[in-house]
Amino acid sequence: MNPQLNYALLLPEIVLTVWGILVMVIEPLLPQRSTQKGLGIFAFIGTLAAIAASLWQTTIPAGTGWFDMIRVDEFSIFFHVLICCISAVVILASFEYLDSQQIRGGEYYGLILFGTVGMVLMSSAVELVLIFIALEISSISTYVLAGFRRRVATSAESSIKYFLLGSFATAFFLYGVALMFGATGSTSIYIIASVLQSGQTAGTGAPLLSHGLAYVAVALMFVGIGFKVASAPFHIWTPDVYEGAPAPVVALMSTGPKAAAFAVLLRILFGAALNTGSGWFWLVWISAALSMTLGNLGALLQTNVKRMLAYSSIAHAGYLLVAFAARRDIGIAAAIFYAASYAAMNVGAFAVVSHFARSGERYVSITDYSGLGKRSPVLAITLTIFMLSLIGIPATGGFFAKFYVFNAALKSDLVWLTIIGLVNSAVAAYYYLRLVVVMYMYEPQTGEGKLELRTAPGMAAALVITAALTIWLGVAPGRVLDYARRGADHLRPAAQQQSSFRSPASGYPQDVRIPQHQAGDR
Amino acid sequence: MLHQVLFIIFGVVCVAGALNLLLQRHPINSALSLIVVMGALALLFLLLGAEFVAAVQVIVYAGAVMVLFVFVIMLLNAGVEEHTRGSRVAIFLGIPGLIAFFIFMCWAIGSNGSALGQARIGSFYVPTQELGIALFREFLLPFEVTSVLILIAIMGAVVLARRER
Repeated sequence: MNPQLNYALLLPEIVLTVWGILVMVIEPLLPQRSTQKGLGIFAFIGTLAAIAASLWQTTIPAGTGWFDMIRVDEFSIFFHVLICCISAVVILASFEYLDSQQIRGGEYYGLILFGTVGMVLMSSAVELVLIFIALEISSISTYVLAGFRRRVATSAESSIKYFLLGSFATAFFLYGVALMFGATGSTSIYIIASVLQSGQTAGTGAPLLSHGLAYVAVALMFVGIGFKVASAPFHIWTPDVYEGAPAPVVALMSTGPKAAAFAVLLRILFGAALNTGSGWFWLVWISAALSMTLGNLGALLQTNVKRMLAYSSIAHAGYLLVAFAARRDIGIAAAIFYAASYAAMNVGAFAVVSHFARSGERYVSITDYSGLGKRSPVLAITLTIFMLSLIGIPATGGFFAKFYVFNAALKSDLVWLTIIGLVNSAVAAYYYLRLVVVMYMYEPQTGEGKLELRTAPGMAAALVITAALTIWLGVAPGRVLDYARRGADHLRPAAQQQSSFRSPASGYPQDVRIPQHQAGDR
Repeated sequence: MLHQVLFIIFGVVCVAGALNLLLQRHPINSALSLIVVMGALALLFLLLGAEFVAAVQVIVYAGAVMVLFVFVIMLLNAGVEEHTRGSRVAIFLGIPGLIAFFIFMCWAIGSNGSALGQARIGSFYVPTQELGIALFREFLLPFEVTSVLILIAIMGAVVLARRER
């Protein structure tokens, strides 16, 4: 057998695909109009198997396969595990939601599993063509999932809006890929990196066509990815889409595809285009500052919890981009850590929202949460943990995420960006705390005080897992951060040449090699 | 020489078809002129030596996609377009923008004329055989993964089109 066809490198993707097909085959055999919890549990086991497959990959040596299409190293395994965990928790949180909204489970769980295949593949692909196809798999499955509340007009609006604007953004990404191929003669991340470094086209050795073309290509790809992560000039769709889409789906699409898209952005900006760093630096800087400011200001005005969390997710994309602007190894590690910590708290917050929304998502405005502290103390405490973590209070994952990001920014002398970020964190505290205040200080509204708030086992498990992870990341971030650092080491093209490369957990001997922006931002 | 003559003929046909597409008032006429554009483009690809792309252009675009277009237009029973006066933004921003873009392109090509160099038409000939080898060797994984993409597209169509009871 051809050694290139290394199925071990593809194991999580294969497991998820097979499981998705099994879900589709089993669904018609189940009795109609019954609860589809069994199918959900089956899909959940599939994601657990994928997590196990990813963890098993840590035992095989890091390397590329399938003709240099994918690379499995600590960076991609970190994102594999993260994305599969997100899908697992979202599936757990969906059991009772699907029953209360009368959504058919077969396609729902199938699309989540197939979408996860795309996201997982995005984090390990090192070839722009494969990245594009994986991006499309993850995007199209979320477009469809957004429209699953078939009886509600806002859900259809959400799906259509997401689809049209998303396709537009994908076109930008594709145009960027085409121009990058024109400029460097390759679509492989590592060949692009060496061409941009040496100035010689791959194979023929002809001089690089034009650096300008490479800059434009990186900018266009940034536009495409910027849409997927909802960063500022490309964020307009976010509140409407999040408002209409089913709440568990929002939990998925505000974290899973986002984490995968950030992994792709790390691969492109740091793996391939580090030499054009002075070109994309201001792009990322402006996008980060705009995302933080517009996201937080927009969130202040919202009365709907889903819209508020949508603006908050725009702001968090901004904080994450600050780590990109730092352009250092610790910046990469901070970005990876932030993606994990944000996933834990945001999936948890949306799980509470989807549990509380009831059939037809009736209770989603902030005033509906009044008196939740009395009606269901446990639910209120969990939501409070997530809100405090989203603010960035110490002893929660959000604190260390923000701390590492701003630490990396300060080490790169990004003083102004850090100040903008800190001011924004203070502004953000207002609207997160408002929800907490409404829960504990206000009296329950008449009639709804008696509303039954029994937590089903699946939802309870989802809440316990996310809350525990949020606090664990806030109390003992060391292990995850160490892993993020080792992932960051694998990202640079230099690591590609020495596959067995393992750096010590502390210190960054190679840090000086990254060209720093000398001129401005002081 | 023959190449140049053919290029000019099909280039003119292509641009004329595109203009006709925009100027026609009936959607069927627009769709049919789009077929002309696609066909002319296929021949231009063939002149460049991209025989596979030319064939795919005819089969996929001029064939499948256009049949779909025409069917949708006929199913919707679309009539003649209503004539609107056109938005003011289009007039005040579009036309100057178009002129500015045209001048910029002329300047960009004119000022770099000596550096652009020349390439003989058909000098990038890539036989279909090589494309096939690349597709089923180096690009085997993207090729296989595309099947997942098509699968979820079908699932999405089924979910969104099903009648809700």
